[in-house]
Amino acid sequence: MTTNALRRNGSKGQAGDKIFSGAALGAGILILATLLAVAIFLFIQALPTFTADPTLVSGGEGFLAYIFPIVIGTVIAAAIALLIATPVGIAVALFISHYAPRRLAAGLGYVIDLLAAIPSVIYGAWGYLVLAPALVPSFQWLAENLGFIPVFAGPASQTGKTILTAGIVLAVMVLPIITSLSREIFLQTPKLHEEAALALGATRWEMITMSVLPFARPGIISAVMLGLGRALGETMAVALVLSTGGLIPSLIKSGNQTIAAEIALNFPEAFGLRLAELIAAGLVLFVITLVVNLIARAIIARHKEFSGAN
Amino acid sequence: MSKRIDVKDLNVYYSKFLAVEDVNIEIEAKSVTAFIGPSGCGKSTFLRTLNRMHEVIPGGRVEGEVLLDGDNLYESGVDPVTVRSQIGMVFQRPNPFPTMSIKDNVLAGVKLNGKKISRSDADSLVEKSLRGANLWNEVKDRLDKPGSGLSGGQQQRLCIARTIAVKPQVILMDEPCSALDPISTLAIEDLINELKSEFTVVIVTHNMQQAARVSDKTAFFNIAGTGKPGKLIEYAETATIFSNPAVKATEDYVSGRFG
Ligand SMILES: Nc1ncnc2c1ncn2[C@@H]1O[C@H](COP(=O)(O)OP(=O)(O)OP(=O)(O)O)[C@@H](O)[C@H]1O
Ligand SMILES: [Mg+2]
Repeated sequence: MTTNALRRNGSKGQAGDKIFSGAALGAGILILATLLAVAIFLFIQALPTFTADPTLVSGGEGFLAYIFPIVIGTVIAAAIALLIATPVGIAVALFISHYAPRRLAAGLGYVIDLLAAIPSVIYGAWGYLVLAPALVPSFQWLAENLGFIPVFAGPASQTGKTILTAGIVLAVMVLPIITSLSREIFLQTPKLHEEAALALGATRWEMITMSVLPFARPGIISAVMLGLGRALGETMAVALVLSTGGLIPSLIKSGNQTIAAEIALNFPEAFGLRLAELIAAGLVLFVITLVVNLIARAIIARHKEFSGAN
Repeated sequence: MSKRIDVKDLNVYYSKFLAVEDVNIEIEAKSVTAFIGPSGCGKSTFLRTLNRMHEVIPGGRVEGEVLLDGDNLYESGVDPVTVRSQIGMVFQRPNPFPTMSIKDNVLAGVKLNGKKISRSDADSLVEKSLRGANLWNEVKDRLDKPGSGLSGGQQQRLCIARTIAVKPQVILMDEPCSALDPISTLAIEDLINELKSEFTVVIVTHNMQQAARVSDKTAFFNIAGTGKPGKLIEYAETATIFSNPAVKATEDYVSGRFG
């Protein structure tokens, strides 16, 4: 038997390596296992809904007819939130990372991080007590002037407790997530690339579009996805702010419902088939989140060649 | 195209720290000037003040004048953006924009400030600039591939192509070959020799042979000790600096008897 001097011999460093890679693998498996366990739990608990007599399901027309409106409501609320929070969040993050004087930037960053720590019930209470009444005149204006567009069809809600209000509250809630993650990424833009742009005679904004944003793109997408996760799953705020109802296209009338709020509002009294129904709704939310994340990954991966990682 | 640079009584600070003190230098149009000197003596710092890139560093500021054909870069009302479009810069580490194709990299500076360029003009400018940077033959079949997929030496020439595409008056280079192998280095040195016919070139280098090979005049910077400001010790024809310098410190440095 020949001995190769280059072969591994168990030294301390290698043990450390092994422990770490073992721990990393373990953590990875644990996450997957948890995810799988959640999925299986949801599926088993939800099963009675799919096999039950359609007339016994809430609404009396089967699970699909029951879930479809609240899926759409969930998507609408989350979409409104992201439509508002993404541009604002990116703009604020850019201001902090590239425009504000350093002291102001540090202070602002801190405030934004604090916003993320406020419990959602506070946001809900604010939306319910302050924002909703304050929005009523704007809703009326929208109904009068832009009422011909289905999403602004009147008569506007007198309480302001509409899906648009809920979307705005959600936007405020996801704003800190998008902002602080984007800021972190903007700050990591290699100086090298920023200087490359500036040395060509780029203005600050041009430098941002040439160097900072392309570098930050995957990070921004991840930040938006995290924000979306919160917007989709938020219960308390929506439950407080939205005066629920059936699916309607108008965003400024009472109506619509989101999955998370539907579950939260009905769970305490639910049993039997109703409970299974709500769990099935949870399963649907789980699948939506999963699909959205997969799409985001695909978008990020599509531009790998130009990511600068090679 | 190509202008001269005159520097008068220039001090450069990082916040309170005086990094470079009292530099006076005249750089001829259409010449290659080399800056040499020990590490930390302020060559990069001084070079960056020639196109106001030092302002990008927090706390960076200057006193004194830098004149581009008589126009002071530091007069109030002068926009650093304009300055940099006239005085381009190539960095130590090649830095093509990673998300842009080779072609877009070359055009990056040209499309700035809202300028439009027709497709055919763009194509011919890309070819001309890449030929000017001796890179055309190597990349002409993959202009739409990312610039980051090139070798280090090719990336550096791409950065030079990007710089000459905006037709600057002056090109500043901060150790452009220090990350490159000898062959790529020779390619860049040949290129510098050609660039001289159209541009004023200023190059920082640690490589004496390189300074001797490419430059017409050489400036030697030195520093008295850590924490002290860097100074311009001697500035003369390159041949003089390397064979018959006036100052002892210059002779010690170029003959390798230094530090
Ligand atoms: N960003 C900065 N902030 C503060 N001080 C700096 C900064 N960059 C450089 N300095 C200081 O300025 C002085 C000159 O540095 P500079 O980088 O110009 O030297 P150099 O001659 O280019 O050196 P090298 O040959 O190693 O590149 C040094 O004392 C350095 O510590
Ligand atoms: Mg340097």
